[in-house]
Amino acid sequence: MIAARHAPILITTALFVALFVLGSVQYEGFGTVHVFLNLFTDNAYLAVTAIGMTFVILSGGIDLSVGSVIAFTGVLTAILIQSGWPPYVVFPLVLAIGWAFGAGMGCLIHCYKLQPFIVTLAGMFLMRGLAIVISERSVPIEHAAYDAINTMGIILPGRGFVGAQTLLLAIVLACAIILAHYRRFGTYVYAIGGDAESARLMAVPVANTTIRIYALSSFLAALAGIMFSFYTSSGYALAAVGLELDAIAAVVIGGTLLTGGSGYIVGTVVGVMLMGLVQTYISFNGSLNSWWTKIVIGVLVLAFVCVQRIQRPREDN
Amino acid sequence: MTATEPLLSLRGVRKEFPGVVALDDVDFDVRPSEVHALLGENGAGKSTLIKVLTGADPRDRGEMWLDSESLSPRSVGEAQAAGISTVYQEVNLLPNLSVAQNLLLGREPRRFGLTDWKRMNAEARETLKRFRLDIDVSRPLSQFSVAIQQLVAIARGVDQKAKILVLDEPTASLDAGEVEILFDILRSLRADGLGIIFVTHFLDQVYELSDRITVLRNGQKIGTFNTAALPRAKLIQHMLGYELQGTTAGHAPQTTLAGTKDAALEVDGACVHGSIQNISLTALSGEAIGLAGLLGSGRTEVCRALFGLDTLSAGKICRNGIEVGITSPRGAIANSIALCPEDRKTNGIIGDLSVRENIAIALQARRGWWRPIPLREQRTLAGTAIANFRIATPDMEKPVRLLSGGNQQKVILARWLAIEPDVLLLDEPTRGIDIGAHTEILRLIQQLCDRGMALIVTSSELEELVAFSHRVVVLRDFRQIAVLEGNAITEDGILQAIAS
Amino acid sequence: MNGLRRMFAALKRHGALWPLTALGLIWLVILIANPGFFAFTVQDGRLFSGFIDILNRCAPVALIAIGMSLVIATGGIDLSVGAVMAIAGAVAANLIVGSDLPVILIVGIGLCAGLAAGLMNGTLIVGLGIQPIVATLILLVAGRGVAQLLNDGQIITFQNEAFAFIGVGILLGLPMPIWLVLFILAAMLFLTRGTALGMFIEAVGANASASRHAGIPVRSIKLAVYGIAGICAALAGLVATADIQGADANNVGLWIELDAILAVVIGGTSLMGGRYSLVLAVIGALIIQSLNTAIVLSGIPPKFNLVIKSVVIIGVLLLQSSVAQAQLASLRERLST
Repeated sequence: MIAARHAPILITTALFVALFVLGSVQYEGFGTVHVFLNLFTDNAYLAVTAIGMTFVILSGGIDLSVGSVIAFTGVLTAILIQSGWPPYVVFPLVLAIGWAFGAGMGCLIHCYKLQPFIVTLAGMFLMRGLAIVISERSVPIEHAAYDAINTMGIILPGRGFVGAQTLLLAIVLACAIILAHYRRFGTYVYAIGGDAESARLMAVPVANTTIRIYALSSFLAALAGIMFSFYTSSGYALAAVGLELDAIAAVVIGGTLLTGGSGYIVGTVVGVMLMGLVQTYISFNGSLNSWWTKIVIGVLVLAFVCVQRIQRPREDN
Repeated sequence: MTATEPLLSLRGVRKEFPGVVALDDVDFDVRPSEVHALLGENGAGKSTLIKVLTGADPRDRGEMWLDSESLSPRSVGEAQAAGISTVYQEVNLLPNLSVAQNLLLGREPRRFGLTDWKRMNAEARETLKRFRLDIDVSRPLSQFSVAIQQLVAIARGVDQKAKILVLDEPTASLDAGEVEILFDILRSLRADGLGIIFVTHFLDQVYELSDRITVLRNGQKIGTFNTAALPRAKLIQHMLGYELQGTTAGHAPQTTLAGTKDAALEVDGACVHGSIQNISLTALSGEAIGLAGLLGSGRTEVCRALFGLDTLSAGKICRNGIEVGITSPRGAIANSIALCPEDRKTNGIIGDLSVRENIAIALQARRGWWRPIPLREQRTLAGTAIANFRIATPDMEKPVRLLSGGNQQKVILARWLAIEPDVLLLDEPTRGIDIGAHTEILRLIQQLCDRGMALIVTSSELEELVAFSHRVVVLRDFRQIAVLEGNAITEDGILQAIAS
Repeated sequence: MNGLRRMFAALKRHGALWPLTALGLIWLVILIANPGFFAFTVQDGRLFSGFIDILNRCAPVALIAIGMSLVIATGGIDLSVGAVMAIAGAVAANLIVGSDLPVILIVGIGLCAGLAAGLMNGTLIVGLGIQPIVATLILLVAGRGVAQLLNDGQIITFQNEAFAFIGVGILLGLPMPIWLVLFILAAMLFLTRGTALGMFIEAVGANASASRHAGIPVRSIKLAVYGIAGICAALAGLVATADIQGADANNVGLWIELDAILAVVIGGTSLMGGRYSLVLAVIGALIIQSLNTAIVLSGIPPKFNLVIKSVVIIGVLLLQSSVAQAQLASLRERLST
């Protein structure tokens, strides 16, 4: 028997397989290792962001600032590297800024009892604004390390290529799974999402955990910002607009309960891949326009949210 | 002598919430190797005392010592570290986590810094063995029955190796066998020297297990008694505050049910799934029916069913001889039935709205939004109510949350009287309000009867019930166990029916 | 002097003191930076002034903030307003290009599209019990896709004097959007304050359970406010579409939900629900637009716009939070002793 809590992931995986098979039957060159692995390369930064978002949503919160953090990190990285700072100084610095920024938002949310969505909304403005202040134009990155890392990777048969982005995603995924399921922090995240008041009464350090959750989300968004700067070899203040919505959608499609407390990190990655596959399918189709992606994602989110509601008895106000 | 040296002692502990004194300078001691029952009706201050003790809420004043060391926990974690382990009322666990995670939250066994799931599940199984529970501890808690969840919560509390174990209504959803298992465990813990604080509304269990009893009422300590030396009737008297008012002769107003007049409200065999069973009562116009019974006897549930908050699974409700189907508060109001709810803050007042709006809102809701009551009319309505009920407020535009409990209650009464219902349900109308407002509300009940309204009133104060009831329906375990009429309505009579 | 003090007290009681002070300060900055900014001139039967310009520019945000106020007053939120603008604009533009319907009917159909979107939000929230953020997020994601689908991915441009009038027309010397804001404000004030609807909305937001006990149709009220928010957003979408004489599904109303929420919050309505003020929400929108203008005029590069706005939001949120208020009070106490 399949446990009910695994059902969403299995549904998402089944949808992924079905769409992949459908695409392979319909279009030449769709069912290849190349296309499959490109899903990872093209969506690695989104997946890393969505993994951070999963922690936030598991705790019953939401983080709308991730897209802006990516843009800010990208611009800052590009400017610093172009002005001659070595990458091994720049990367830790921007990651630390991301972490501190998230921790600050977590403090506001916990200490002043503000709603996460409005605080992270303000954070989104702030980061986007700072990015624009640093540079309104796209800043190209020209650095030997970028070229080296971008071409680094493992070539697989069938024009398959596992690049640095994919490898980094795999590392982040492994760490996140350990954090979620093999560390106390993860249990606390699930506990707060299950029932914050019960968690408090069971001696869960709610303040500390809340701050760390948002810090983690921003940290991973900053990491995604670095990855995005490799992907585009530039930093642009208006990059990744609306990415927070894609990340949230991926988390939901991956089977995490939007009210918190239930879901899996792996599911989120499957969700990202399904969204990427929808995009690939639509681009292979050619006659369907790209805005169908948004509609399909919206419908998927709607369907998953409705199923979640029906599975659980509605709590009366 | 260690027996006289208390393990835990509280002196002059005070806690106020806006408008209410929840704990009024309470002293409380627990000795080692004792089960100390903490009793009182709803709102007596039991839960507040426990929250203060366990660091969930800070106290305003007073001293606490555990093992002769000063105790001031600022969080549940600190209280736990000091040696106070608590199982809160209702299952306060995390339904989305596994049984093992719930048992060992924050104390997970680890290997190389990572949670050792295998050992954790094994330890959890070991702990539950004591409770004769053989379940799959890796499954989410939500998949198990409420009884098992409750046992897991208790197991978690017991497993902390504390000096003081606090159990708030631990047996509410356990069957007799499970209660026995629990009591065996508690007895062996007692033998090990633990102090156990036991809150319950099952008096049988109090007598079965506890060594001493402390009774709280309206935030004040009534006294601490040796269980063996306190007869059950005396205990109920302490809890319901019978002796404080002194004995007054029953002077229940006399009417007879005979005659052809249709009853304003007639309830016949009403049942609600998982709640009240087979409740029947009749209220004529101008009569007040008292609902008596201890906490958890089903008083509130009867009111909820009559007001359409819970749907009847069997039985019927008739108004003036005609059966009415009531499925929502709006339906009840349309049938001229109104309810002053027990929980004023959650279900009664609309705190941010003004006194005037709170008084006018039910009338407005019945008229519909498109026919507004003119402001002048609202003012007259509110002004009259403020004068008639002597509502203490500087002006009618003040947000109602700033008023005291008694005045809030009067506002809700005024709200309902504005729609002039035929049947008024009052669920604990005098709880948590000061003595002056108390008498006024009692006088009001009399006046309403005189005006021809039918009243259903629940109260945990016997004297009140005797003073105004034409009939008293006594409830226990969601069932109707007696109906007292006429001269049978005396404090002793009700007490005996409850205690029988 | 006494009258002034009484006016002060009245403003304070209605929560209007701080928003008006903020607006006054911003206008002062504008005046210092550009003394002639607010001067009125009449040209071709049209009133020109920096002030009119601010009013005109804040119209879409003000329209949406009116609907958003009601939603927030019930304790909800509507993130989909920008997407609804795009849908309404797309519907109208396609009808103008592809049909001979009279303009008044096209406007009506556009507003109905907004109503439908709002009711869909409301149904998800009331019927299925989904939290408002999530329910409206779905339309935020998918809504622009629907609008682009209607537009077939193009920016639909059109030439239609009559329809363009609602965006760029001049009536009695003032731009049409200003009249629309005034009209919607008056209509909504009548609808909510002239009836008991406003009281019910505040009751639902302040305590939904007690409202249900008092016999208020809580679910219908919630459904209604999302419907109203949809209509307001659709009207804003029509104005924006008429303004550029084209439906740009990608960019129309982008991020406007944030400005609208900000306007409502600046106007003093709590995100927890309860008391609201439509007039103050419009003033909030005015503050945001004035701030934008002030930033430009005072020589700060416009790229600082977002940073300043975010600092303002955080400041307002902190001022409204009870924790911060308690901290301030204890600080004041410590300073005075």
